[in-house]
Amino acid sequence: MQLISRTVRTMVFLLGVCLVSAAGALAQDGLKPLVDGLGATAFPQKVEAVKQLAATGDPKVPEILDKLSAGALFAPKTGGAVYLVEGGVVSDPVTGAPVEGVAAGSLQKIRLNNMLRGAIGDAMSQLTLLSPDRNARLSAAQALLASGDTENLALLDGALAKEADAEVKAAMESARAVLILKTDASAQDKKAAIENVAARGDRGALNILTAALATAPPELVPVIQGRIDGIASSLAVWDVVQNVWYGLSLGSVLLLAAIGLAITFGVMGVINMAHGEMVMLGAYTTYVVQQTVASLAPGLSTFSLAFAVPIAFLFTGLVGVAIERGIIRFLYGRPLETLLATWGLSLILQQTIRSIFGPTNRQVDNPSWMSGTFDLGGLAITWNRMWIIAFSLAVFLALLTLLKRSRLGLQMRAVTQNRRMASSMGIRTPMVDAMTFGLGSGIAGIAGVALSQIDNVSPNLGQNYIIDSFMVVVFGGVGNLWGTFVGAMTLGIANKFLEPYAGAVLGKILILVLIILFIQRRPRGLFALKGRSIE
Amino acid sequence: MFTTRLIHAHEKKVLALAALILVIAIAVPASNLLLDPGNVLHVPSHVVPLFGKYLCYALLALALDLVWGYCGILSLGHGAFFALGGYAMGMYLMRQIGARGVYANPVLPDFMVFLNWKALPWHWTGFDHFGFAALMVVLVPGVLAFVFGWFAFRSRVTGVYLSIITQAMTYALLLAFFRNEMGFGGNNGLTDFKDIIGFNIQAPETRATLFALTGVVLALALLLSSAIVQSKYGKVLIGVRDAESRTRFLGYRVENMKLFIFTFSAMLAGIAGALYVPQVGIINPGEFAPANSIEVVIWTAVGGRGTLIGPIIGAVLVNFGKSIFTAAFPEFWLFALGALFVATTLFLPKGIVGTLQQGFASRRDHKAAAEAEKGRTVPAREPVDAQPQAAE
Repeated sequence: MQLISRTVRTMVFLLGVCLVSAAGALAQDGLKPLVDGLGATAFPQKVEAVKQLAATGDPKVPEILDKLSAGALFAPKTGGAVYLVEGGVVSDPVTGAPVEGVAAGSLQKIRLNNMLRGAIGDAMSQLTLLSPDRNARLSAAQALLASGDTENLALLDGALAKEADAEVKAAMESARAVLILKTDASAQDKKAAIENVAARGDRGALNILTAALATAPPELVPVIQGRIDGIASSLAVWDVVQNVWYGLSLGSVLLLAAIGLAITFGVMGVINMAHGEMVMLGAYTTYVVQQTVASLAPGLSTFSLAFAVPIAFLFTGLVGVAIERGIIRFLYGRPLETLLATWGLSLILQQTIRSIFGPTNRQVDNPSWMSGTFDLGGLAITWNRMWIIAFSLAVFLALLTLLKRSRLGLQMRAVTQNRRMASSMGIRTPMVDAMTFGLGSGIAGIAGVALSQIDNVSPNLGQNYIIDSFMVVVFGGVGNLWGTFVGAMTLGIANKFLEPYAGAVLGKILILVLIILFIQRRPRGLFALKGRSIE
Repeated sequence: MFTTRLIHAHEKKVLALAALILVIAIAVPASNLLLDPGNVLHVPSHVVPLFGKYLCYALLALALDLVWGYCGILSLGHGAFFALGGYAMGMYLMRQIGARGVYANPVLPDFMVFLNWKALPWHWTGFDHFGFAALMVVLVPGVLAFVFGWFAFRSRVTGVYLSIITQAMTYALLLAFFRNEMGFGGNNGLTDFKDIIGFNIQAPETRATLFALTGVVLALALLLSSAIVQSKYGKVLIGVRDAESRTRFLGYRVENMKLFIFTFSAMLAGIAGALYVPQVGIINPGEFAPANSIEVVIWTAVGGRGTLIGPIIGAVLVNFGKSIFTAAFPEFWLFALGALFVATTLFLPKGIVGTLQQGFASRRDHKAAAEAEKGRTVPAREPVDAQPQAAE
């Protein structure tokens, strides 16, 4: 058995070598008789012709076989020369040159049956395994791995022997291991194959090994079982890591949405119900900037987000200052009424955007450097999530620096801790209030830029985040940005860990209930400001 | 004895409004049923449930005013109590459909047959009895408010924090009721009602009766609320609103006072919801939306919080405006509502009724001052105690 397989392997190898070297040189008239073999009347003959065609390895063969599958190859009823008929034009299937003097009506479509289709499929994967295109070989190997068709083992061995690309080679080896596990190869071969599959360590490997367990010889069962346990436990670890990652990703979105709220609430004691609408305005600013850049300087489209961030900050910041000067300043000391007024404002802003841009979602494109994924261990990480985490951390750190190091930050902290004392020390609290509100709104606008990349840009965008943002602020406590940070990350991760057990909606309900209970324990949040004042 | 106290304790304005509501509760159904359609005073059949809806909203606003206007608790979750009462009534009405549903199942409502459920879930048992359903209408919101309030007030969660967690409560319930697994009809809610205690729910007579009932309940609730706020307990409640710590230091159990009014208010809201559902013909999770609860707050604010008449007038006015506005210029309704929020808080913090009262009071002061100058005796002025100060 092994001898046979080795012989076949050698043969295929030799074949492969001559194919590649001879492919270009092979005369096209050498191909033609084989193609004409497809016109045979009996199916076994046609299958034979397909196999011979595949064996030539000619780069034209896949195309011809494609035409055959598509039913574009025709032959006379009695068999003989094969023609390509497309759109009523008769041509030569090899050269593609039009053929004169043959009426399309006198020809009959070459019929297919399942045996023939199978032969075509095999031939195709065989040809692509040997294709000069690296990506084609890679996907062929992956297709073989998925199909697990043991008939292709010999073919795979041949391709493996001459494969130079490391990644393709690895893919082929794992495909080969999968195939070997399905055959009745020797225990030693199988053992090597098990190790190879186990080395992949993903869920697919787990499935393969579990399937192999049923048919494995008794002496291999403990080996396979051990590998299965090993993979399962490492997968469990990766699951946890993945949940943490998703949680961080959600947490950073929450952080972006809530941090501006934390500033306005912390410093001014103002509950800004229109905060979500500031986020929404930021997202629409991104849309407008993108449209403008695309029409004025299409070359810069990739960088439109870089323009959108400062513009959104300035725009929503100005709107924020206007709101503070126009409405909120008259309501200080009446937090519940501020809440109502800003809610009314949020309705007006939503309806304004709806009147201008319409109620439907607007398309904001992801730049190329934000799309796609990369693998990190057992994790598939999407670039846009990655960037948003980095971005929210950057915003958080920038804000922290601003509060700790700048003059405005110092004044803001002073006003947070004791408004009247700060005022007595000569700080212009109304100016600080306006600046604070503008800053909080500007941060919301920046959050909108980030959210436009992962969420639908619609007038309701802000509504989806406002309650969660409040939960973050209430949970984290006001007056300390770290509270917001810890609050956002905790809620994000807790949400993602509850989701698999409770489902997305029930998980969210549980979180809300937990926060309501948490507030009972610490009515001022995790990181409450310590003080002696009462009320 | 109780009734005489009930009458004597009230302000004249409250009595007048209660009487007016009772007159409307009788006049509107009578005009609808007795006068022929050609008559100028005839109220068309489609208007009766619409007015009935306003009265339910008025009851809800009154309930909110008890906690917000008199105790300083801004609940952004009163819509949840309203909807729970509505669901309790809706479940009774669903069970009354019987085999007349699309799937003609004698026990299971249509949506359960559709979900391929075999038996009625446990929380539906008993809802085929009107008495049980009526009990649940007050009990479910009452218990929820009691438990929620017990935790919240004991931990001294106040001000905006309390507002936010009440909002989280209604939001959590919104998400929960959207789930089909909860057994409350999911997204579509409960609808297609046929009978209520044996009467066809679509019949003009039933609708007229429901309207009259709503009016009577509203008038009773108004009198009861007035009795509460006029009592000694009511005075202390206002003390809690204006200076919570001081009231506590004086030896009052602030938590218990808040808990009582919060639970009572939730029960009123539940009754409002139960009266609302048969008149509107549907209850769905949308009623739990946080936006609805905030809208109730604006009705109360427009009318005047801290006055019992205000929320009733506010709820009817705003909703009447909404009906007209959404029919005439649908796009501008949100602008109008938003502007109403902003304008009320900025320019009319005491609401319509509160501002009018203040106007009368200052005019009376002027008059009294003028007469005092002439050397006449000055009649002692009643204290205007129902004016909310700063909420915190």
